[in-house]
This record gives sequence, C-alpha cells and structure tokens, in this order.
Amino acid sequence: MNYSSEFEAIAQAYELSGGDANLLESDAVASLVVSGNKVLGCNEIPGVHMRSQETERGVRVWLKVDAGTTLEQPIHLCFGVIPQEGFQEIISEYDIGDGAQVEFLSHCSFPNAIDVTHVMEANVRVGTAASMTYSETHYHGPQGGVITRPKTRATVGPGGRFLSHFKMIEGKVGELDIDFETELGPKAVGEFTTKAHGKADDTVKVREILYLRGEEARGLTKTNVVVTGRAHSDVYTEMHGLAPHTRGHMDCTEVVGDRATAKNVPVVLVTERTAKVTHEAAIGSVDHKQVETLMARGLSEDEAVDVVVEGLLR
Amino acid sequence: MLLNVQDVSLTLDDQSILDGLNLQVAEGDIHSILGINGVGKSTLAALLMGLGGLRPDRGRILFAGEDIATASITERARRGLTLAWQSPASFQGLTVRDYLTLSVSHGNANGNIEQNLRMVGLSPGQYLDRFVDDRLSGGERRRIELAAVVTMRPRLAILDEPDSGIDFLSLDEITGVIRHMNLQGTAVLLITHREEMALMANRASLMCAGMVIASGEPREVTAYFREHCDECKHPNMPDLNGVADELQLGI
Repeated sequence: MNYSSEFEAIAQAYELSGGDANLLESDAVASLVVSGNKVLGCNEIPGVHMRSQETERGVRVWLKVDAGTTLEQPIHLCFGVIPQEGFQEIISEYDIGDGAQVEFLSHCSFPNAIDVTHVMEANVRVGTAASMTYSETHYHGPQGGVITRPKTRATVGPGGRFLSHFKMIEGKVGELDIDFETELGPKAVGEFTTKAHGKADDTVKVREILYLRGEEARGLTKTNVVVTGRAHSDVYTEMHGLAPHTRGHMDCTEVVGDRATAKNVPVVLVTERTAKVTHEAAIGSVDHKQVETLMARGLSEDEAVDVVVEGLLR
Repeated sequence: MLLNVQDVSLTLDDQSILDGLNLQVAEGDIHSILGINGVGKSTLAALLMGLGGLRPDRGRILFAGEDIATASITERARRGLTLAWQSPASFQGLTVRDYLTLSVSHGNANGNIEQNLRMVGLSPGQYLDRFVDDRLSGGERRRIELAAVVTMRPRLAILDEPDSGIDFLSLDEITGVIRHMNLQGTAVLLITHREEMALMANRASLMCAGMVIASGEPREVTAYFREHCDECKHPNMPDLNGVADELQLGI
C-alpha cells in the first residue's frame, strides 16, 4: 500500500472511531498518525514538540508541551492497524510543562482485525499546575480479533491535573487489559474513567491504582463495564491515601447479561488519619424497571436493553 | 369498549391481590380509580401493562376487543396502551430529549417534544439536555413521564398516581395535561386516592380488597370514598351491600 492510500485507509478508520479526519491534515492542529509501525503524519504547532521513531513492532513517540502553553484545540492522535493481522506497539513519553493546559483525543481503530495486538506503553509527567486530559476511544471491527493492552505510568506535580477517559463500546472488544498507575503530588488531581462493553467471548480486565502521595491530593476512578454473551470482566482498583487531607473515591458498576460474568476488587489503603478514601461497587443485571419503562413506550426488550446500556456507557 | 377487564383474579405469594375484578373504560373516557392504599390499584395497573410477567390467574383483559392477558409489554404498547409509573425509573446517560424522542418511535406519536415539555411545566431550554437520572427530583421526573405519555399519544394511558408528591398549585397543571391528552384522543385510567383528581374524570370506580365495588359518577363515588374509605370501616371486607344501597350503582 502506498503512502496516500494508507493515509486514506487510516483516516477512514479514524472516522469509524469517532474522529474528524480533516483535522489530521490541518496545520493548525497538532496531530500524529500512525498505521502499524509507520508514522504517516506528524504535525507540530507552537508549544508542542513531537518526535517519533519507527521500530520493528511499532513506534516510539516523545511528546513535549512547553511550560505555560494553553492549547485551544486538542492534540489528535490516530493509531490503527488496517490489515486483518498485525502487531502495533506504541511506546510514548508525554512531558507536560508547568502550567500547560492540554487535551488529547486519541482514536485507535482496527476495523478489519482478526488477529491484531495493540500495545500502548505511556510514561506521563504532568508538571506543576499543569493539566492534561487524555481521551481514548477505540473502534474494533465485528470480529473483535484484537488484544489491547494500554499501560500508563503517570506522575502529577503539585496542583496538576491528569484526567484519563478510556472508552471501548463500539464493535467487539476482543481482549482488553488496562493497567494504569498514577502518583499524585500535593493538591494534584487524578481521575480515571473507563467504559467498556464486552460481548460474546470478550474479556475486559481493568487495573487502576492511584497513589495520593501529596497533601490534599484527590483521586477518582470511575469504571462502567457491561458484559453480555459469555464475556467476562475483572475490575481491580486500588487507592492509597498516604498524605494528610487526601481524598479518594472509587466507583465501579458492572452490568452483566446472558451468561456473562463479572468480578470487582476495590482495595483501599490509608496510612494517614486525615485521609479519606471511599469506594462503591455494584454488579448486577440491567435494571428491570428501566427496561419495562421503555417497553411500555413500544421498544422491544432488546432495543430497551441497548438503550439502557448505551446510556450507562455514554 | 376500549378496555374490558372481566372477572380478573391474581394471587401472589398465596395472597389474593385481585379477586374477580371487573372494569370497563370506554374510548374517550377519563376514568378514575379510587381506593385506599393496599387495595390493589397499582397491582391492577401493573397487570394491565403486563409488568414483571404478571398474568391473571383467571379472567380476561380485552383491549380494543383483543385479549392481551398474555401479550408482552411491547405488544401492549404497540397496540396503544401505556403506563406512567408512580415512581418512574431513572436513566443514566439518557437526556430528556432522548427519552421523549423514544416515545415518538411507535404508534400515533405527537413529535413536538418541546411543546409537550412546556405543557408539563418544564422549560425545554432548561431540561431537554439534562439527564433523566437521580439528579432530577421526584416531581420533575413524574412531569417528564407525563410528557413522554403525551408524546406517545396512546389510545389508553394508565396514570398511576400522577399527583403523588405534587403540591396543590401544580395539581391544576397536571389536570390540564390530562385533559389535553384526552382531547388528543387518549382515554385515561387515572389511579389516585385524591378526591380532587378523581373528580376531573367523567367516570369513577372504587376499589376495595382487590375488587371494583362500584362504578359511576365521580361525584357520588368520591363522596362514598370520603365517607367510608378515608377511614376504612371494614378492613379487607368490602361492604358490598352498603355501597350498593348508598350509591345505587352497579357492582
């Protein structure tokens, strides 16, 4: 496949996952486009520096945002594998300078996957009073032959904010294995939101750990997983209240249908008497009253369940 | 007759909940059902809609001439029957706009959701993009439920205590919505234990111990209710002779 047809294919895949492909060619928007182990596009803008290196199995990326930079538009990241089979390993370093305010929209698309492995390893440093929001959406084709392993290790400086939103609700998940750990400094905020819908024989595994190391640090994990068919979900969240006046909360809702199974393990560790960490966990089926309400408006039972599940994962 | 409930009985956990109940609602009626708590009003509503897989042990539920006693909730709704719950469900991630739009999908719907929302006293600008979740008050949620029923424009709407938790000032708005619904061609089965609500109907029935013990003019039925049922004088043992003598109505 030549460059332009490959770019076109990955741009189409990008749109399947909800992105706007026009932005990938805009000079005004910072963007990075990776197909397999090829970097098809890399656009820097003032205050945003990117370097990439193709490796045998994927790409290494270094991304630095200068201190004090405030971006009006998100940085767009597009990762994908177009063939039915492949391996893509993205190893990245994100360095968000002090006081910078930046948002990332990452779209990962594997529309034809039958046997694709997608590994993301990110090291993130969010500087003092800086803010980074990272939203990642996946689109997998109907075969769901994708193994996805996003792994993030982040540190957030004093007064900084790191918000991560991960969404995988379109197409078939395949095998998802999320592994996030974040260390929060004084008055820093860390928030992980994860939404996934496992179907058929999919597996959804989530492991999220937040260390509230600095005084008055605040952390939140919010995990919504729906599993139907014979899918299985396994959610492990851990929050450490290690400094005075830290606050943390973990909220996990897993909805199971058909013969699906779900497991949730919240772990709280507090070593400081003024710290407070709470958790809520619920595993249950789709609420019957919600379904009946929608059926009383004329929806079939399957349509009603879909509406309830889509709402939960929105 | 739009709804014709014939000799329906229902037993749950060895307890008789409905016992040979008969009820008729004509096309174009607003028909109120009065009764104290625990006489089976809400169970009747659930049975008519087929909620929770409820099916009568005995008797028939005819809707527009067809027996719907074993039909699914969806089939009943698509034939033109719906229910507004006394405590409506909340929906995470579903906006008021989404929720009302869902009611447009089937049947003889009135798709002007903004107008329908205004009719129940809620401003579209403030509410259309809000989620139908636990952040809404019970009163707001009930109003949205009414707006959904107005939007659906069914042949028969069962309203289970739409006045519950609504103050007297708002009562006029609620009765206005019910009248509007009725003018649009929807018959209403109005379950209530509030006399002023029951009086807006053109026909009323009184329930006691799982039976309809009288049907007739709302003024007479509510007067009997006030006199004999507000403080029940014969718990779980309806005074069939007494009510017949006083009201001279059919039992």
